[in-house]
Amino acid sequence: MPERVLAMPIQYYIILSLSLFCIGIVGVLTRRNAIIVFMCVELMLNAVNLLLVAFSKVHYAAAYLVNKATTTGSEAQIFVFFIMVVAAAEVSVGLAIIVMMYRNVHSVDVNFLNRLKN
Amino acid sequence: MNQLAYLVPLLPLIGFLINGLGRKSLSKSAIGWIGCGTVLISFIISLVLFFDVKNGGGAVVSYFNFIEAGKLVIPFAFQIDQLSALFLLIITGVGFLIHVYSTAYMQEEEPQHFGRYFAYLNLFIFSMLLLVMGANYVIMFIGWEGVGLCSYLLIGYWFKNDNYNYAAKKAFIMNRIGDLGFLLAIFWLIAKLGTVSFGEVFAHVSSLSAIDLTAITILLFIGAMGKSAQIPLYTWLPDAMAGPTPVSALIHAATMVTAGIYMIARSNVLYSASEVAQNLVAVIGLATALFAATIAIKQNDIKKVLAYSTVSQLGYMFLGLGVGAYTGAVFHVMTHAFFKALLFLGAGSVIHAMHHEQDIRKMGGLKKYLPITHITFLIGCIAISGIPPFSGFFSKDEILAAAYNKNPVYWGLGVAGAAMTAFYMFRLYATTFLGSFRGTHDQEHHLHESPNAMTWPLLILAILSVVGGFLNVPEVLGGHSSLHVFLAPVLTTEITHETAHTTEYMLMGISVAVAAIAIIFAIGTFSRKPQLDDAAGFGKVLENKWYVDELYDTVIVKPLGNLSAFFKNVVEKSGIDGAVNGVGKLVNYSSRQLRLLQNGQVGSYILFMVLAIIVIVLIWVNDGYIYRFIVKLF
Repeated sequence: MPERVLAMPIQYYIILSLSLFCIGIVGVLTRRNAIIVFMCVELMLNAVNLLLVAFSKVHYAAAYLVNKATTTGSEAQIFVFFIMVVAAAEVSVGLAIIVMMYRNVHSVDVNFLNRLKN
Repeated sequence: MNQLAYLVPLLPLIGFLINGLGRKSLSKSAIGWIGCGTVLISFIISLVLFFDVKNGGGAVVSYFNFIEAGKLVIPFAFQIDQLSALFLLIITGVGFLIHVYSTAYMQEEEPQHFGRYFAYLNLFIFSMLLLVMGANYVIMFIGWEGVGLCSYLLIGYWFKNDNYNYAAKKAFIMNRIGDLGFLLAIFWLIAKLGTVSFGEVFAHVSSLSAIDLTAITILLFIGAMGKSAQIPLYTWLPDAMAGPTPVSALIHAATMVTAGIYMIARSNVLYSASEVAQNLVAVIGLATALFAATIAIKQNDIKKVLAYSTVSQLGYMFLGLGVGAYTGAVFHVMTHAFFKALLFLGAGSVIHAMHHEQDIRKMGGLKKYLPITHITFLIGCIAISGIPPFSGFFSKDEILAAAYNKNPVYWGLGVAGAAMTAFYMFRLYATTFLGSFRGTHDQEHHLHESPNAMTWPLLILAILSVVGGFLNVPEVLGGHSSLHVFLAPVLTTEITHETAHTTEYMLMGISVAVAAIAIIFAIGTFSRKPQLDDAAGFGKVLENKWYVDELYDTVIVKPLGNLSAFFKNVVEKSGIDGAVNGVGKLVNYSSRQLRLLQNGQVGSYILFMVLAIIVIVLIWVNDGYIYRFIVKLF
């Protein structure tokens, strides 16, 4: 169904993922709770993933109309898998850090972690 | 014989090194022997060279290349010819007598300072010999600077007295002003001709344009003005009296001030080709001769009178050079060296006897206490006044005759100057030696004739002052103008107008008569006066040297001082210091402000990161338009 894929303009995907990315950035910058910051980072990663997948599908659909046996756009899908794997690893490390942090200082406030200052 | 030439300056240099380095260990007599001995041997070699030159010898002796740069080669070479041989004799001969005199005059000094004195004296002779023997302007300039340095060292010999130091500095600075002119002339010659050797320069005079020639000769003359104390750079010479009296004799007679005359006589080819420069030399010389003579009339310091008399006589020499009488000028240098050295050494003898009293108002009647000094001083006075057959008559007359040929006005003013010369010299003589003693009783008790080491040079110089003139008796008086003939090869361009013998007799008669009247008037006025009147009215102006020192002080020294004060207090303090300290303060302040960015808040770091990313992205959008714009900017 490549025609149906192409029926939806790519701008919609871009705007959606930009919005998600900006929400993530603003969250990282403004929030102090480590878990929320963490979630915002995940949000940014997923915004990128979304964009990659969208581009992949649009490219594939455009190429399919010319040549049915094309594999164009599959690289982006591979990228997304990589990102998801790295994100999963990151989550496990990050959550572990947050747990350790809570155990040590009984807080998940990122501003609390400014011991390196001075 | 020319192979020996290098020994002439080398020996005084060795004497300088020995006396200078060994001044603390050598005894006074050893220092005296070394100081006098080296100059004596130089004198003997000079005599040999002189007779060699007289018999047709003499050459340019080149030793090594002093400067080699591209096409310009300046050899370290000595020129032994008629002119330099004559000057060598004057310098080493009179210099030797002054050295001998100094051994007695400076006897009261401590050995260490005695050694220093003789070291400077030898260095002075060395520099002067280098100046005279150099075969190009650069070697001459080395000696030129050397005598400037030595005059500074010797004028400030008693360096514990601040006034003497000021006098020394004044001499040095005034000389530097002149030296600049000389240096520029050398550069000009190099630029136009590519050589500074006398022979080559004189051979290519015709290839110089009139403007170049005039500029070079005037610049050289500015150098001579400084060294030979001409208006406007003459004020250092009277102040140079701060040095010991034999030094004054050395500066005024044998070395230093004759350098300017020598330089112009040496460059006579250049000057003869430039009418403008010649007229300038003549006018400045004449002005100086008259101006200094008026000042000398009212001075009361025995050495100051002689100093202004030197300035005046140098003016005559320049007048001679300016009217083309180069032989006359050189002749006057020679006779002047004899009688001025004699007068200064005589004055030194008087000062010695008076226990360093120099004011002639406190002297008088010294005739019977200092018989030898008196008679020799009298001979010097007669010689400088131009009374025949003493030496001054012949040399001065030759200059005046040449001046008459050029322009009778020069002659008239010159005779007026000669009358003043006779007047102030005999005023000096009469107040010092005639009449009755005006000093304290204690001084009178201690009056004594000077030791032999001082009287013998006086006697020798007195004899030379009497007979020196016979070297160049003009034809009109039955002589052969021997010096003229001798110097003819180096002073070829001399203009000689034949004057009718009757005219010459008349000129001589007038100048001698005028001088004689001035002498009689001076003796009549001053020998019987119990006390010199205090100067009043115009005399006051003369006594204060026309207020020239004050004028220079207000017009040049004070504004310069204010200017440097302004530079020191304003430009230096707020300008340069402000800029240097300001840079430091700026760095300090801005780093203090930048430090605040490192606040340790993770959030703010991320914010900067995000902002930076946005900026980078903005730069790359629009097909890299902003990026290309930035690249174009730098």
